[in-house]
Amino acid sequence: MNRIERSLTGIEENDPGNPKFLIRNLQFYYEEVQALFDINLDIFPQKVTALIGPSGCGKSTFLRCLNRMNDLISGARAQGEVLLDGENILSRQLDVVSLRRRIGMVFQKPNPFPKSIFENVAYGLRITGVKDKAYMAAHVEKSLKLAALWDEVKDRLHAPATSLSGGQQQRLCIARALAVEPEVLLMDEPASALDPIATLKIEELIHELKQKYTIVIVTHNMQQAARVSDTTAFFCMGKLIEVNSTDIMFTRPKDKQTEDYITGRFG
Amino acid sequence: MNILLKKELETIRKKLLALGAMVEDRFINVLKAFEFGETETCQKIIASDHEVDHMEVDIEEECLKVLALHQPVAGDLRFIIVVIKINNDLERIADEAVNIAQRIVRIQGFNYDSYIHDYKIMAEMAGGMLKMSLDAFVNQDIRMAEDVRAMDGKVDAMKNGFYDRLKGDIMKMPDKTGKLINMLLISRHLERIADHATNISEEVIYMKKGEIVRHR
Repeated sequence: MNRIERSLTGIEENDPGNPKFLIRNLQFYYEEVQALFDINLDIFPQKVTALIGPSGCGKSTFLRCLNRMNDLISGARAQGEVLLDGENILSRQLDVVSLRRRIGMVFQKPNPFPKSIFENVAYGLRITGVKDKAYMAAHVEKSLKLAALWDEVKDRLHAPATSLSGGQQQRLCIARALAVEPEVLLMDEPASALDPIATLKIEELIHELKQKYTIVIVTHNMQQAARVSDTTAFFCMGKLIEVNSTDIMFTRPKDKQTEDYITGRFG
Repeated sequence: MNILLKKELETIRKKLLALGAMVEDRFINVLKAFEFGETETCQKIIASDHEVDHMEVDIEEECLKVLALHQPVAGDLRFIIVVIKINNDLERIADEAVNIAQRIVRIQGFNYDSYIHDYKIMAEMAGGMLKMSLDAFVNQDIRMAEDVRAMDGKVDAMKNGFYDRLKGDIMKMPDKTGKLINMLLISRHLERIADHATNISEEVIYMKKGEIVRHR
C-alpha cells in the first residue's frame, strides 16, 4: 500500500503488512435506500478491527458485506470492491459457500444447533464430507480448545448444546466457526447478551485468536472496542468517518464526530 | 450527551480553579512577606498548607472516581489526566511557597534590601507564568501556554545570576553564609515554581492537542 492509499484509509502508524481485505468505493443499497456510502477501508491479518457507531450507521451491513450475508436479503445490492486477498468477493462468479467457509461468523445471540456439543462443532466438517471419526474427534477437541471451552465441556460432549450457559454457548458458536478453519472471523456484537465474566472470557479469546485469524468485530460497547481491537473504524449514517489505531481513536480522535460519539456527546 | 459525566467534569474544573486561586494567593502573600520581612504571614502560610493538601487529595479522588465510573475517552480522558497532573503541580507550588516562607523566617535579622529589586523581577516573572498557565487552562489557550514555556529559560538564567552573585557575596561575608544560602535557595524555589507553571502549560497543550510537548 502506498502512502496515498494509506492516507486514504487513515491508518497512520505501524506498517502491518498487506491487508487481508481491501475495500474500495463500497456502496450498499437496500432497494432504493443507500445504506453505505463510498467506504474505503483496509483490514489487516492477525489484527482485530472494531466497527463502532450509532444504531443504523451501517456497521453491521458493512460486516455482512465481508461474507456476502446480505445476499440473503431481497433487494439488497452492493457496488464497488471488497477484495479478499486480492479477489473481489462481490463478483457474481464467486462461490459463496466456499467464501463463507473462509470467513466464519459469530452473532449477537448464541445460536447453537439443537444438537449435542460435539455435533455442533462437528457439523461444519460433516457437511464438507469428513467421515474419519478419529480425525473428527481430534478436530472437535482442537476447536473447543481454541475457543477456550474444552475444559468445561470435555466430560459432557454429548450433552445438548442448549444445556450450556449463554457465555459457553457463545464460545461453542465460536468453536463451531473455527472448526472449518476459516481465515477471518466476523463477530457481530458477540458479547452483548453476556454477563461481565462471560464477556471477559470472549474478549480474552479474541485476544488469543487474533494471533491466527483476521477478526472484525461490531460492538456497541466502546470500552470493549478499546480493549480488544487494534484498529477502530467509526461509522455514521452509512459513511466511514474515521479509521485509526485504537489507542489514537480513544485518546485523540481526529474527527469531531468521532470525539462526540465516543465521549457520549452525540445527538 | 452524558449529563452525569459533564456535571462531574465541571465540578472538577471548578475545584481545580479554586485550588489554583488559592495557590496563587499564597504565592502573592509569601512574596509580600519577603519584601516586607513579615514573618507572621510566613507562619500563617506554613501553618495552613494542609488546606491545599486537602484540596489536592479531594480533586484527585474526584478524578479517580470519574475514571472508575465513567471510563472517559478522548477529550474527556485527556482532561482528567491533565487535571490530575496540574493538581499535583499546584500542590507542589504551594509547597514551594511554604519553603520560601521558612527561608524568610530563617533570614530574619539579615538585611537583604539590596537584593529585593532583583528578586522581585524574578518573582514577578514566576508569578506571571503561574497566572498565565492557569489562564491558558481556563481558556484552553495554546498560544499563551507556549508563551509560558518560552519564559522558563529566562527564569533559569535569573537563578543562575543569583548563584554567581551570592557565591561572590558569601566570599565577601563568610559570617553570613547561612543567610546567603537561604537567599540562594529562595531563588531556587522561585525557579521551581516557574518549572511547575511550565508543566501546567505543557499539560494544557496536551489537553487541547493530544500532543506531549514535554522534553521538546
